[in-house]
Amino acid sequence: MADDAGGGRREYSIIVPTYNERLNVALIVYLIFKHLPDVNFEIIIVDDGSPDGTQDIVKQLQQVYGENRVLLRARLRKLGLGTAYLHGLKHASGDFVVIMDADLSHHPKYLPSFIRKQKETGADVVTGTRYVQNGGVHGWNLMRKLTSRGANVLAQTLLQPGASDLTGSFRLYKRNVLEDLISSCVSKGYVFQMEMIVRATRKGYHIEEVPITFVDRVFGTSKLGGSEIVEYLKGLVYLLLTT
Amino acid sequence: MKHIFKIIAMLVAVSAIWIALLETATVPRSYTWLLPIYLVVALGCYGLFMVGFGLMFFPTCPQEAVLLQQDILEAKEFLSKKGVDVGSE
Ligand SMILES: Nc1nc2c(ncn2[C@@H]2O[C@H](COP(=O)(O)OP(=O)(O)OP(=O)(O)O)[C@@H](O)[C@H]2O)c(=O)[nH]1
Ligand SMILES: [Mg+2]
Repeated sequence: MADDAGGGRREYSIIVPTYNERLNVALIVYLIFKHLPDVNFEIIIVDDGSPDGTQDIVKQLQQVYGENRVLLRARLRKLGLGTAYLHGLKHASGDFVVIMDADLSHHPKYLPSFIRKQKETGADVVTGTRYVQNGGVHGWNLMRKLTSRGANVLAQTLLQPGASDLTGSFRLYKRNVLEDLISSCVSKGYVFQMEMIVRATRKGYHIEEVPITFVDRVFGTSKLGGSEIVEYLKGLVYLLLTT
Repeated sequence: MKHIFKIIAMLVAVSAIWIALLETATVPRSYTWLLPIYLVVALGCYGLFMVGFGLMFFPTCPQEAVLLQQDILEAKEFLSKKGVDVGSE
């Protein structure tokens, strides 16, 4: 049923931005199909001209799963994550849009619980959270945990953001809600996820949470990193002033 | 209302109470002068407590890493049969 031919509308569009995720992209596509057997979805891969040949792998995946299920919407240069979502969204046909990382820290086995939660509650946004029962993180050292906790307490106290996991980016949105949020968010990179959820809260959208576990990336290299703490604090101040 | 104004409004309210206490001297002045320090210390303690508490009960999931390895093997096996190049990284 979900395998209908033709480019018809899908119920769910799963946007996966990639940059040098040659191996991960194959694994994640397999796992998405494994965990959503009876769901009418499409996967939109937004690749920014990865030099490692990510796009070749995506084309091979299209041979296996069909070009109408695995869509490649590439861009020529590395233009950043925020605009990658926007680009993917332009090509999405689903009523609901899921955004997830390709690096397997967001495991597709949680997709059914996002979908179920949305159906049960009619939520506008369902966001994955690591900091609750049944959630969790693996592969972080003490320093990383400490910064994460500190950042979280600071944000919860000052900002009252309406979600327990601000920087996680594994989320399901109603399509029009995502369009609205993206168009009102100006941050780049790391802070973008935070701005999205805080603005969603301020705009009065209905937000629900589901627990997810987060295993730090196994393959490939991190693209963010560096001065994350400084970026975070800047983002916090920016959000205090503008939301 | 921008969130910063909410915070400022709260600070103003707290200062107003403090000044009122100073003026009316219901409590001895020397105590009232110390109140802001207590407040800052209390806030600091709250922060440290929350961070420490969070750190102690930080949810971890070592078993998930093992499960993920199994998923990866399974995916690689299936995909290489289908002719997808998952050999090298
Ligand atoms: N299209 C596109 N995708 C990107 C870009 N930067 C990062 N990505 C992808 O966005 C997702 C998240 O990036 P990561 O590098 O995993 O960022 P992170 O999760 O904060 O950091 P680590 O997991 O610790 O490496 C991954 O799927 C990346 O491949 C970009 O400029 N363009
Ligand atoms: Mg990652």
